[in-house]
Amino acid sequence: MTINHDQPISFSPLHRLQWEEAQQKYVILYPEGMVELNQSSAEILKLCDGSRALPQIVAELEEKFATAGLTNDITNFLNVALQNGWIRQA
Amino acid sequence: MAGSDKLNITPPRWLLAELSYKCPLQCPYCSNPLDYAKYPDELGTDDWKRVLSEARKMGAVQLGFSGGEPLTRQDLSELVRHARELGYYSNLITSGYGLTEEKIVELKQAGLDHIQVSIQASTQELNDHIAGTATYQHKQDVAKLVKKHGYPMVLCVVIHRENIHQMPQILEMAENLGADYLELANTQYYGWAHLNRDALLPTREQFEEAEKIAQAYKEKVAGKMKIYYVVPDFYEDRPKACMNGWGTTFLTIAPDGTALPCHSARELPGLDCPNVKDFSIAEIWNESKTFNFFRGTEWMQEPCRSCDEKHKDFGGCRCQAFLFNGDMYSTDPVCGKSPERYRIDAAIDSARQLALSGEEKPLVFRNSKNSKQLY
Ligand code: SF4
Ligand code: SF4
Repeated sequence: MTINHDQPISFSPLHRLQWEEAQQKYVILYPEGMVELNQSSAEILKLCDGSRALPQIVAELEEKFATAGLTNDITNFLNVALQNGWIRQA
Repeated sequence: MAGSDKLNITPPRWLLAELSYKCPLQCPYCSNPLDYAKYPDELGTDDWKRVLSEARKMGAVQLGFSGGEPLTRQDLSELVRHARELGYYSNLITSGYGLTEEKIVELKQAGLDHIQVSIQASTQELNDHIAGTATYQHKQDVAKLVKKHGYPMVLCVVIHRENIHQMPQILEMAENLGADYLELANTQYYGWAHLNRDALLPTREQFEEAEKIAQAYKEKVAGKMKIYYVVPDFYEDRPKACMNGWGTTFLTIAPDGTALPCHSARELPGLDCPNVKDFSIAEIWNESKTFNFFRGTEWMQEPCRSCDEKHKDFGGCRCQAFLFNGDMYSTDPVCGKSPERYRIDAAIDSARQLALSGEEKPLVFRNSKNSKQLY
């Protein structure tokens, strides 16, 4: 299972992405489990709302953080996210 | 016990709300205390809401509604709604008994995140025997309805000697029902399971065979169904890191409002577990004697005290140490370094002999009649 470049990416309806005030971080919640996210992972996942595919996500984040060359890092992370079932494609 | 350890109290992350000890089922492996019939009181709705609010404020985020059977509470949807407003991820841990489609929808609207349905076996006959109630067909229906209404569906099967031979069929059943997660929980021997251990503990051969089958299936369904496999610690050489460390992560509230560092802690002597009717969650978590009892490592005896693994498993389970060694401060007898390990081996042998002899030892079912007789 790897990310398809053309298909929009959405967050899994079986998981929940949420800001945790007590921990000062974003977390992913699922049945009886929780993953704590670092800031960049959270920024990527927030854009997985079913309206953007990989290239748009990369472009938006590169613009937001005024940098280039994020494609590899973002692709790698999204592949991990896909394998963990946090995100979906069509 | 001057405490550099104690300054470092981490906030609770998991709250287990045992709403009621009432349960229409009678599973002989139930982890509820044997004397549960002595505690018929149940917290009212307002107290539960306050407990949820206070724990959430401290940082709890995963919430389990369990029991007994949580569906026996008429205010379940109200509590679920409150939990959702507070931002909890809420899990309903149920036998499925009394769960209708209407209720499933109502709970979803209230904001319930997930329903875990327990099934006792892959056949009606064995399921109904173990549950002590005819529930098999209804459980299958409930599992499908849970799925239909968009919840992640978690099937939980507690594994022991009576059903371990059904491992292949249990796996197939879960896949056919479309489970997103399958929890294969080898019985943990507390409460009723401890009492029935001779009849429930599988032999090493049975356990190894079943584990092989489950691990192979894991690969087959990768990406579709996640399998959580809870190992039986008797066949391990190191104890489990019980509760991720005492008073570090987990908070259990029993039906009558007693706050427990783990759901078996009620069986430990002299802990004087505090009640949420008398104290706030913050007071209980930070200041109570109970929650500080086994925090850190100061309380440990040898061999744990000088062991370099003590920060990994925290000396194992206090309840298991008490049940086997009669000393809750001692090293978990599962550990190969414990001088008491022979007690676990004796329990394994005793169960094995009964298994091989083909004799039947009647199971003691979990119900109030038995609970009252035992105490
Ligand atoms: S283990 Fe069985 S008897 Fe115990 S609470 Fe769960 S369903 Fe009821
Ligand atoms: S001796 Fe104690 S701390 Fe060391 S491995 Fe065994 S249980 Fe863990």
